[in-house]
Amino acid sequence: MSRYLRAEIIENSPVNKSHNLLILSSSDISKNSAPGQFYMIETASSYDPLLKRPLSILKQKSGAVHFLYRIKGKGTERIRQMKSGASVSVLGPLGNGYPLPGKNITPILIAGGIGIASLFPLAEKLGKNAYLFYGGRTKEELLLLDELKDMVKELIISTDNGSAGEKGTVVDVLKDYLASQLSALSSQLIYACGPSPMLEAVSRLAAEKGIKGYISMEENMACGVGACLGCSVKTKKGYKRVCKEGPVFSIEEIVW
Amino acid sequence: MNLTVNIGKLKLKNPVMTASGTFGYGEEYSEFVDLNKLGAIVVKGISLKPREGNPSPRICETSCGMLNSIGLQNVGLKEFLKTKLPYVRKYDTKLIVNILGNTLQEYVKLSEALDDAGVDGIELNVSCPNVKKGGIVFGTDKKMLAKLIGKVRSSVKNSTLITKLSPNVSDIKEFARMAEESGSDAISLINTIPGMAIDIKTKKPKIANIIGGLSGPAIKPIAVRMVYESYRAVKIPIIGMGGIMNSEDAVEFMLAGATAVAIGTANFVNPMATLAIIRGMESFMKENGITDFKKLTGGLRC
Repeated sequence: MSRYLRAEIIENSPVNKSHNLLILSSSDISKNSAPGQFYMIETASSYDPLLKRPLSILKQKSGAVHFLYRIKGKGTERIRQMKSGASVSVLGPLGNGYPLPGKNITPILIAGGIGIASLFPLAEKLGKNAYLFYGGRTKEELLLLDELKDMVKELIISTDNGSAGEKGTVVDVLKDYLASQLSALSSQLIYACGPSPMLEAVSRLAAEKGIKGYISMEENMACGVGACLGCSVKTKKGYKRVCKEGPVFSIEEIVW
Repeated sequence: MNLTVNIGKLKLKNPVMTASGTFGYGEEYSEFVDLNKLGAIVVKGISLKPREGNPSPRICETSCGMLNSIGLQNVGLKEFLKTKLPYVRKYDTKLIVNILGNTLQEYVKLSEALDDAGVDGIELNVSCPNVKKGGIVFGTDKKMLAKLIGKVRSSVKNSTLITKLSPNVSDIKEFARMAEESGSDAISLINTIPGMAIDIKTKKPKIANIIGGLSGPAIKPIAVRMVYESYRAVKIPIIGMGGIMNSEDAVEFMLAGATAVAIGTANFVNPMATLAIIRGMESFMKENGITDFKKLTGGLRC
């Protein structure tokens, strides 16, 4: 089964004005994927945009893969314009995915904005063991709340402007929780995905508190298969490829 | 139907090779491409010592193309000989190794070692825009280039010597001629064209190195022009590249004067691009009653 295939668009519908849900189906599509893995999705049949775009796997069902994406630039705008019934070439599943926690460890998931797409399947897998901190700039950035609420032990939402949940960044909220409600937990493991400044703040907080964990990194990507070295990020052991050794890295590994 | 072409001593089963830096060490694409089907694999540029590469972000997309500044991150000669070379050698294809040195001596050491290791071809990278020392310093100074090729020539016994030319010169013909006169068996062109892009919201350059190399369909007309000019200036074979996305593009380069073509950025768009291009070239031959592909080279009518 090749990881490079054509898939049919089953659904490509707006969740709100800046986010869409994309569902692809093919008999050739991998039946399995790990939480945190991604696909490269064709953006256009012309040369502008040229490269595929990496989208995190939201859900994996038999023969169908779901993606939640934010319309951010030219590439995702073109993906948004694709119609149901059309076929697109895709490459995946790619990357390593999140390692699962050992027994008696409390997973703490931290999602910033569209970072929820990558953490969603992990939250689903970890279920009622997991705490999920989910922050956005505004209420509009917080998606799938009903599903998430039933999925995890506790969902703590926050917004920068206070329009939903606690006011402040997701890391500020996490910090308060670690000092209060979560202070009794003996062993915790962090899983984070979101914008770079958030991941950096999470890493600093984790180092301060002595908590281990994993973060999913994002970089501009061309090939998705480890050949172009375009998506490399600096780690304590030299540059590593987000598409191949990542996107998930140990929290202490990244050099900020 | 004859798709074979000759580059120096090398007989390729077809004119399609990979462009250095876009195909890793072959292994990365082996899941998608039967490497036995390629005319040659040109691997990622190798230096004497491993190189860490440039800070991120290293790439960004631009209209019909992309900028990159990888900074020649590579495993270094020793590791290449130990693990990467044996891998490609399992396949029935020609292996061409792109090399980059900081100094003339480094180029000589690299080419001696690779020639001894029995690689089919050595491609001198004198055109990388993304490293501070070596590389393009040689590629944009005719005297330096002549000296470099001369030295490497006398230390390479069996491998075919290819010089990869920089498009960043005022007259490509002069550099093509200089490569031929200095003993290069073939030339390959073009490398990427220096370019930049700025994020207007953050006012920051879109890649960390500020300036990077532009590749993809955006540069194809420039590449075709330079192949055409070089073809009229030299007798040694030309490996044409720069934005080849499909077999029509490949045929265009051959008409301009290329004996073989290299596929670069297209691999990122479609990991099976090389195979699609070979198939497309076969169909083109059938449809046009061409029995020997070599006869296309320089077939431009004007």
